[in-house]
Amino acid sequence: MENLIALLVGAPLLGAAVLLCGGRRLDKSGHWLGTLLAAVSFVIGLALFADMLGRSADDRAMYQRLYTWIPVEGFQADIAFQLDQLSMTFVLLISGVGTLIHVYSIGYMEHDERRRRFFGYLNLFVAAMLLLVLADNYLLLYFGWEGVGLASYLLIGFWQHKPSAATAAKKAFIVNRVGDMGLSIAIMIMFTTFGTFTFGPVLASTGEASQGTLTAIGLMLLLAACGKSAQVPLQSWLGDAMEGPTPVSALIHAATMVTAGVYLIVRSADIFNAAPDAQLVVTIVGAVTLLFGAIVGCAKDDIKKALAGSTMSQIGYMILAAGLGPIGYVFAIMHLVTHGFFKAGLFLGAGSVMHGMNDEVDMRKYGGLRKYMPVTFVTFGLGYLAIIGFPGLSGFFSKDKIIEAAFAKGGTEGWILGAVTLLGAAITAYYMTRVMLMTFFGEKRWENDPDGNPPHPHESPKSMTIPMILLAVGSVAAGAYFEFAGFVEWLEPVTGFAHGHSPLSAATVTAATVAVMVIGVGLAYLQYGRRPVPVVAPRGSLLTRAARRDLLQDDFNHAVFVTGGTHVTRSLVYVDHTLVDGVVNGTAAAVGGLSGRLRKLQNGYARTYAVSMFGGTAVLIAATLLMRAV
Amino acid sequence: MSFPLLTLTAAVPAAGAILTAAVPAARRTAAKWLALLVSLATLVLAAVVFVRFEPGGERYQLTESHAWIKDFGVRYELGVDGIGVALIALTALLIPFVILAGWHDADPLETKSSRWRPTQGFFALILMVEAMVILSFEATDVFLFYVLFEAMLIPMYFLIGGFGDRAHSGSDENAAAQRSYAAVKFLLYNLVGGLIMLAAVIGLYVVAGNFSLTEIAEARANGTLEMATNTERLLFLGFFFAFAVKAPLWPLHTWLPNAMGEATAPVAVLITAVVDKVGTFAMLRFCLGLFPEASKWATPAIIVLALISIVYGALLAVGQRDIKRLVAYASISHFGFIILGIFAMTTQGQSGATLYMVNHGISTAALMLVAGFLISRRGSRLIADYGGVQKVAPVLAGTFLIGGLATLSLPGLAPFVSEFLVLVGTYARYPVAGIIATTGIVLAALYVLVLYQRTMTGPVKEEVRELPDLRVRELAVVVPLIAVLIFLGVFPKPLTDVVNPAVQHTMSDVQQKDPQPTVPNVEAAQ
Amino acid sequence: MNPVNYLYLAALLFTIGAAGVLIRRNAIVVFMCVELMLNACNLAFVTFSRMHGNLDGQIIAFFTMVVAAAEVVVGLAIIVSVFRARHSASVDDASLMKL
Repeated sequence: MENLIALLVGAPLLGAAVLLCGGRRLDKSGHWLGTLLAAVSFVIGLALFADMLGRSADDRAMYQRLYTWIPVEGFQADIAFQLDQLSMTFVLLISGVGTLIHVYSIGYMEHDERRRRFFGYLNLFVAAMLLLVLADNYLLLYFGWEGVGLASYLLIGFWQHKPSAATAAKKAFIVNRVGDMGLSIAIMIMFTTFGTFTFGPVLASTGEASQGTLTAIGLMLLLAACGKSAQVPLQSWLGDAMEGPTPVSALIHAATMVTAGVYLIVRSADIFNAAPDAQLVVTIVGAVTLLFGAIVGCAKDDIKKALAGSTMSQIGYMILAAGLGPIGYVFAIMHLVTHGFFKAGLFLGAGSVMHGMNDEVDMRKYGGLRKYMPVTFVTFGLGYLAIIGFPGLSGFFSKDKIIEAAFAKGGTEGWILGAVTLLGAAITAYYMTRVMLMTFFGEKRWENDPDGNPPHPHESPKSMTIPMILLAVGSVAAGAYFEFAGFVEWLEPVTGFAHGHSPLSAATVTAATVAVMVIGVGLAYLQYGRRPVPVVAPRGSLLTRAARRDLLQDDFNHAVFVTGGTHVTRSLVYVDHTLVDGVVNGTAAAVGGLSGRLRKLQNGYARTYAVSMFGGTAVLIAATLLMRAV
Repeated sequence: MSFPLLTLTAAVPAAGAILTAAVPAARRTAAKWLALLVSLATLVLAAVVFVRFEPGGERYQLTESHAWIKDFGVRYELGVDGIGVALIALTALLIPFVILAGWHDADPLETKSSRWRPTQGFFALILMVEAMVILSFEATDVFLFYVLFEAMLIPMYFLIGGFGDRAHSGSDENAAAQRSYAAVKFLLYNLVGGLIMLAAVIGLYVVAGNFSLTEIAEARANGTLEMATNTERLLFLGFFFAFAVKAPLWPLHTWLPNAMGEATAPVAVLITAVVDKVGTFAMLRFCLGLFPEASKWATPAIIVLALISIVYGALLAVGQRDIKRLVAYASISHFGFIILGIFAMTTQGQSGATLYMVNHGISTAALMLVAGFLISRRGSRLIADYGGVQKVAPVLAGTFLIGGLATLSLPGLAPFVSEFLVLVGTYARYPVAGIIATTGIVLAALYVLVLYQRTMTGPVKEEVRELPDLRVRELAVVVPLIAVLIFLGVFPKPLTDVVNPAVQHTMSDVQQKDPQPTVPNVEAAQ
Repeated sequence: MNPVNYLYLAALLFTIGAAGVLIRRNAIVVFMCVELMLNACNLAFVTFSRMHGNLDGQIIAFFTMVVAAAEVVVGLAIIVSVFRARHSASVDDASLMKL
């Protein structure tokens, strides 16, 4: 069975190669090929999963070593895979949700002339993401890490003729590169400390490394996670990334790629366990982002950007849980998977709405769509209930566990983190209710598109609704399934698990969670359900205006890095031209001037030459005499 | 007396150059095909060298030795180690693509008469450069190397000054003035470096009594040749200065943007991908091999200069308005990485630096040649004159993007392997330097993606609406280069196998050992 | 008489000759001054010969005379032809190398 692991990556990779190099011949059939190969990955994943279930809990990890990637003395990087329970969870999520989104894209991208290339990029993404979670060492993980970054870049900028899309793609890649810097520095520290960067040996010998080193590695890994998972302070790219086609937002910027940071932290659990300082920073980053994303999500009128804020916030939950240590790892992953279902479903629903509304994204121009798009309404509604943590749905189980674990952290920290997660849950309920009400309820506020065509909202084709229905099923059932089928026992051999001792009883926490959810929903209903929604956004309070602009973080980046950077490069270009080049040119000019002077000596008068000969001889004789005298 | 394989690899292109130059004026196309065939024959010979070379064997293999100037002990002495083999392979690999990419660069303008001859000259000069570069990678006699090091300036001077980029702004006279300025600047910079090296070469002869690299290194190693500390340092500086000009290292870099901007794209590739590599190669072979103590003495200063090169070159690349100058500054940044790797004096750093030389050659060739195809279509080098090319010429844009991604060291493409090795190798000995160099990867993403965004994406500009996509000849240039980039990116073993033993030799030259991991016995835990 | 005095005389004559070569413009005078310098050297050679008690100096003096005679022949011929061409015997006028 082990030998099938490479095929997981290989199948979509083959698809990407064929589709991107195949040329126009494949325009008609390319999307089927791409979908098929993604499905092949999923089927192989299922087969491996079945095989894995058949083994005992301690013997489930599988390995496949292909060849040595970079054979240099003292530095062995292998192309080798490791498939354990954690990777398996991701493989199923990535290939499963990935396949569904391939199917969805067949319908969504039907009228795009570059659909073949779109599927090529999607396949490339699936391959890189699987490589990321299957790698058995940090360098290969880095390979996948940058690979998904590339796929994300290509897909965000898929509609390259729009300058905003091209800018968003570039921004995403560059911000991610800052995170990648963290990952490469972490690998460098690992190599100098442990002499290797393979998961097994590194994680097994964390006990022997110094606390400072481990903290440094942890912080660098966190930087990488911040970049990929859009955590503060590297979150600014995610909102802009919504320029990409909606299936991309669903797959990459909601369900899978952005959760890679959580994977990285959970995978490096042993390092973080031994570095409490780094863990503390992880929880702080998670808590800050969780509120940041939620606040931004409340203010956005663009349906996809509101969902992007929500994604940021939900990943904040996961990062926070991962920072809690063994009491949180399992729940971080559990929330990651349930989030993968309901957020992908929400995005696909948003895409379906846009599909029917002439690609309008402003929720203020929606309204009353539930009658026109019943399937979309129901699936989106189930996703909505799941994300706000409606009892019984998947989000309820996973989020409730994280809140419980946050309290269980203990001490003042525990109280603060617990309060933050509860507050986040309330805001989540608020902004998601807002999205729901503005889109599907209330009056019609539709506007004609720029060409003057009125929108004709209609239900999307089967290829789009079926994935939405399947994801809605996942959103409903996944939480309960995990809860009762033993997700904790499944992951425990990899991540470790400890029961936290919460100062509050589990029932209290659950009651509080449900209570804050009801408050959030109620507030939103008062504001958006009872009153008509204005088509032009009101000016709003200072906080609202700041939140619309991503809490001014983008403006800060622009002022400091873009404007400042431009000035630096401009002045350096000037310096290079005048100073560095000038020194050389100045030397040349000085030599030229000197030779001009010397030339005057050569005036052609024989007597002048005679003088110089005579003088030279005199100097020589004098020197000789002087030397002899000395 | 064994078969003179190494001489042949240089003699074939040299003879080809003479033959090409002798083709009658009217038979222009024949001259081109002849040059291409000769370069392919050289590639075959280089492949034979690559195969015949035994990584586990002697340090210098396929050696040849003949007396040349007996009175001064100058010998015609050739031999290759793994680093030389890798660079010979790079040179022989790139030249056919350079010739193919420059197929029409020296065609007569319509105003010229049919007796116009420079087409032949252009290809003859390229082959001449190839011959000299290959021979300089093989020379194990310091004097022979010096002669080649200087001699290759002559054909390069004519290539830069005589065959400028036809895409220029302003009048023809203005462009010609700019071009000759660039060519003279190139020549003067390198001549000054060469003169200082000549002084050092003579100094070395005075101290050592012969010019043989192998003999001097051996005598130094077993202690029969003592050098006073100051003498060694001065000689080292003399050599290093010449190589740093050629490499080029900040602040001696300013000739490169001019030369690469004014030359045609294939010649620009020749400069940065092939000729400049002689500089970094010589640092490894001559500076470290002959003056190990002085090398260690100068390391801190050189590392600082290399770091400045990395960051400064990248920042300047961001600020460029001219595509070719942008690639030139990017190259300066990459040369910073190469020099950093060499002087980090760790196995990973030096292996990385050697691979970097090869990979940078291929990736820059891919990026620059595609940029050249783009420029020749629109007739402008300014980034601002393009926009939306992706829509009109998707294959051109795609290959340009891959070239760019290779330049920013994306994993899966060859430069990643070498860049990461350099970073790891540097970090192991100088953590701060390693971290500063890492910022280079962010800046590289910035200049590559800004370039791509401004030229290829966005609304289609009116002037580029009619741009044709890549033609068959151009695809024949780009596709193999990209294939090599991907192959070496996922499977660099053929190259590392050859390079590793040579790096071990260099490491023992400078008597350095890799820093050991702080946590021992990891293997036991495995 | 102390032979050193002859050396002083030779030095004096040489200096006068050299000054003449450097200062005067007339080619004939310059030429004569060169002769003066040569003869000053001859005087010094003969004096040294006397002082050291061997004949080497005197032999060299004879050589000098022969060379000087040859020089006069060639030099005068050049001066005369220059004079014919330029109607001047000034050395400064024959400055074709001057810009």
